[in-house]
Amino acid sequence: MSIKGKAYIAGIYEHPTRKADDTSVAHLHAESAKGALEDAGLGLGDVDGYFCAGDGSGVLTMANYLGLRPRHIDSTDCGGSSYILHVGHAAEAIALGKCNVALITLAGRPRTDPNFAASMRANNAASPEYPFEHPFAPTTVAMYAMAAARHMHEFGTTSEQLAWVKVAASHHAQWNPNAMLREVVTVADVLASPMIADPLHRLDCCVITDGGGAIVVTSPEIAKSLARPRVKVLGAGEAPKHQMGGRIDLSFSAARWSGPPAFAEAGIAPADIQYASIYDSFTITVVMQLEDLGFCAKGAGGRFVADGNLISGVGRLPFNTDGGGLCNNHPSNRGGLTKVIEAVRQLRGEAHPKVQVPNCGLAIASGIGGSLATRHASATVILERE
Amino acid sequence: MSEASRRIAAPRPDPESAPFWDAARRGALLLKRCRACGNAHYFPRPICPFCMSAETEWIEATGAGTIYSFSVMRRAAPSYALAYVTLDEGVTMMTNLVDCDFDALKVGMRVKVAFKPSDGGPPVPMFTPL
Repeated sequence: MSIKGKAYIAGIYEHPTRKADDTSVAHLHAESAKGALEDAGLGLGDVDGYFCAGDGSGVLTMANYLGLRPRHIDSTDCGGSSYILHVGHAAEAIALGKCNVALITLAGRPRTDPNFAASMRANNAASPEYPFEHPFAPTTVAMYAMAAARHMHEFGTTSEQLAWVKVAASHHAQWNPNAMLREVVTVADVLASPMIADPLHRLDCCVITDGGGAIVVTSPEIAKSLARPRVKVLGAGEAPKHQMGGRIDLSFSAARWSGPPAFAEAGIAPADIQYASIYDSFTITVVMQLEDLGFCAKGAGGRFVADGNLISGVGRLPFNTDGGGLCNNHPSNRGGLTKVIEAVRQLRGEAHPKVQVPNCGLAIASGIGGSLATRHASATVILERE
Repeated sequence: MSEASRRIAAPRPDPESAPFWDAARRGALLLKRCRACGNAHYFPRPICPFCMSAETEWIEATGAGTIYSFSVMRRAAPSYALAYVTLDEGVTMMTNLVDCDFDALKVGMRVKVAFKPSDGGPPVPMFTPL
């Protein structure tokens, strides 16, 4: 049994805000849900499956707020990759007849909610590893920086190579009127930006944005009844990676375990992919995922992303053509939903003309949620324009 | 440059990890090793994460290790070095590198444990270059 061809993405919506001073998280979820359902040509009453991670107050609160009556729910939370995982889970539920119209929502206000950071910390304080980590002040950026430092040590990856990931994203963001950062930057600009945690500079790090988004996944029958371009789910994979009892190996991410099953289910190879949405919390995150997903050999990620190879119309693998988390949007510090959205835009031919991949038929959205250096989960979906 | 003035958050021991923090007070670094499968693990747990046996025992580490990776948080005031250190016993633990020149640190350097006081709690295991 597989999910291949059993579900379609029929609706997408990326909330235009990047700073939501006067909007609640629940309202951002609701506006996003409304936008995605309208995009699909469906309504509130059509939704019978609901997927909502830990951003905001969770699946029950949001089902209540939205007025949903699902017969299938899923609150899997693996950080920013949750929404990519939800697409795979939605396809599974739809394939089994557990629901026909699955709604996935995300929203958050890390920029304007003064309690955002404190509520994150409170969630973690009871974890068994907390006494063995918290005293050392492991910030997100420092932990990703440790992964970058190890990658440089093992494979000779350079800061210049990492910088190319940001450069490529900025080339795309310039065409996105909603992007938080629209200025095209050079490698020199990235290296000249302040060092935050060695070896990551400020421009190696994604933006912090308020916002949200939603996705609607449907059965084939419903997809075929809608007057919309059809984006079919071909395959999905997911896997966590942690500290393995102390046998820590930062040289690879969980994408090594989420990618191959997704490709196998889809029956295609990385070389077939025409557009890639790759989670870009930091430049190193992209480099490692490209290796682990099989776009290049282990350790060759730095060389792969250099010299504009990720720039649409220039390189071999157009990536994050909305500008990604590095330049456009990383709502609630969770960038997985916007990754799926841009892949769907590309497959529909609805990306900006300056970045649209001609005749885009096969795309991937893959993401890392959590911390590369401690505990994270990778989720991968492969999509096709029908 | 050291970060001697950084306030270190106190760990709150749970019942199973109390021996680790008691040993920390006398300057000893403890690990758990499984009597059933022979593997050491970190952070210490009562049930082995490799084979699920409950036959885990405390062992005292030499305190010697190698820097696996690190990052200096330049924007923090004072700056500090987050690190992973691989102990000679084969497990890698999160820590800080202290009492050293941050600009001279390298992956692969040999280090030894140095317990530092926490703010109102037991001392915590940090590492300093040999």
